[in-house]
Amino acid sequence: MSARKIIIDPVTRVEGHGKVTIRLNEAGEVEQARFHIVEFRGFERFIQGRMYWEVPVIVQRLCGICPVSHHLCAAKAMDIVAGVDQVTPTADKMRRLMHYGQVLQSNAVNFFHLASPDLLLGFEAPVAKRNIIGVIESFPEVGKWAIFIRKFGQQVIEATGGRRIHPRLCVPGGVNQNLSVEHRDGLRKDIDQIIQWVCAALELHKSFVHGHEALHETFATFPSSYMSLVGADGSLELYDGLLRAIDAVGKPIFDGVQPAQYRDYLIEEVRSWSYMKFPHIRSLGREDGWYRVGPLAQVNCCAFISTPIAEAERREFMALGHGGLVHATLAYHWARLISMIHCAEKIRDLLFDDELQGTDLIVTGERRPEGIAVIEAPRGTLFHHYTVDKNDQVTGANLIVSTTNNNEAMNRSVRQVAVEYLTGHEITEGLLNHIEVAIRAYDPCLSCATHAVGDMPLIVTLENADGATIATRIKQ
Amino acid sequence: MSDRRILILGYGNPGRGDDGLGPAVAMAVDQLGLPHVTAHDNYQLTIEDALDVAEHDIVWFVDATKTGPSPYAVSALAPVGEVEFTSHIMRPQTVLAIAQQCYGKTPPAFLLGIRGYDFEFVEQLTPAATDNLGAARAMLLESVRAREARAP
Repeated sequence: MSARKIIIDPVTRVEGHGKVTIRLNEAGEVEQARFHIVEFRGFERFIQGRMYWEVPVIVQRLCGICPVSHHLCAAKAMDIVAGVDQVTPTADKMRRLMHYGQVLQSNAVNFFHLASPDLLLGFEAPVAKRNIIGVIESFPEVGKWAIFIRKFGQQVIEATGGRRIHPRLCVPGGVNQNLSVEHRDGLRKDIDQIIQWVCAALELHKSFVHGHEALHETFATFPSSYMSLVGADGSLELYDGLLRAIDAVGKPIFDGVQPAQYRDYLIEEVRSWSYMKFPHIRSLGREDGWYRVGPLAQVNCCAFISTPIAEAERREFMALGHGGLVHATLAYHWARLISMIHCAEKIRDLLFDDELQGTDLIVTGERRPEGIAVIEAPRGTLFHHYTVDKNDQVTGANLIVSTTNNNEAMNRSVRQVAVEYLTGHEITEGLLNHIEVAIRAYDPCLSCATHAVGDMPLIVTLENADGATIATRIKQ
Repeated sequence: MSDRRILILGYGNPGRGDDGLGPAVAMAVDQLGLPHVTAHDNYQLTIEDALDVAEHDIVWFVDATKTGPSPYAVSALAPVGEVEFTSHIMRPQTVLAIAQQCYGKTPPAFLLGIRGYDFEFVEQLTPAATDNLGAARAMLLESVRAREARAP
């Protein structure tokens, strides 16, 4: 008897599309799960031939949710190409302010739109009610928080980058503008309220966790390694730091690694069945070298958080690990809210920093042929690596996006769910729902994908090893 | 005056060929500086679009389509609450539902789907899509003018 496959096909894409494949063994047990999503090599080719100073603007086309993360990461890489190792204090703080606004608003979309229906209404709530509308019906204040936290983050981006969509703050070596007093004062009026709302959202989330402790601890969960940027002092660092990877018990795998050295520590593997690359830690090899990135990794990897409210929340959060790391996949959401609090606190600090009104914006240096930068995007560690020729044209680009880093981890979470919720050959609503819940924790980026009308069905197909369809389920 | 505020939300990725039709329409209308008309372009719809929706009397969502009639198709929209598996997806019906739930406002809303043909990595519309863009823009402007003419 041959092995059987269940294929879950979430999106139809132009350049390839995502799907979940679950392979059963001959006993009908789940043997393997794979989550396939779009890949970025097409976009890397798109960048080649462009002038290097254009790239921080062009790369914003990569993602409708995180264009600013790509803008900033590319700018940092192109600083190096421009021969600049350190931008001015005003430029650094303008970029950081933009970054914190971006992480705040992007994580707000994830938590309020994607996660809160599952977490606040419960996994078993009727599908028709388990959405943000159902959440707002039950928790009316959540809708206000969602819209205004997201809107505030966008206002920070607009204040720093000139416009909320396609901002143009960064140039190689610095920034185009400082923060006007008018923008500063407008943002100052709202920031304390934003911090209060994010904290209130976290308290609401904790109430779910404490009411469902076993589910929170075990759902789609497994021990793993983690990787993120940290500051030189070990603090949580989202914009500019050193790479740290730890194993499942918190022991360092590597630490203090400069972004430019990433290829000495990470290797990207291509597998025949996926358009995506599979990065893993070189010293641990293909089988054991996978890791997780994103808010859970950021909080697990850091020694402390530099802002007081977020640090107090980190300490409470880490208690979930009973002295070790927190491995619960659903804990991504708790960690995401801590990251949001940290960003809001950093924004408040920066809004009272006079250097944001400084006028020393750009420095220059001697051109170099290569630039590598890393940033912690909302979904995790993001790498941009470029080579540039003597004519200032990009000759090579390598991007490792957060979702790619989480590739193997998402497979394992889906497998965990399938093992628990798949019975027989039926693709039940429950199975579909729980797979979606697991995927939402990572919030995979569909970035460079098109968003044309009707392009996002969720198709579930059950096949045997010969490719014959046993069952299909479509979620429009 | 109170029922004349028109919102045009054009969305898509201009770096993906004809997927940029929605933003192209929004930018073209915005450049005209029409009274009572607000036009925004974005990569995709987001939660806070609900706030803009609630503050307008007519809403046009403008997106590219890979199938369907040329040069465009118009359909009326109703609020629908739903959740996806990634934050990279939000439908106009969901934005309407959030506006309804949070602000008690459900303005008449339409989806203008403009036919596109090529969605590869290129920041340029195909000639056929450009023609469709012109036709869609003309229809939108005629709709705006007709509403202005009917207003007291």
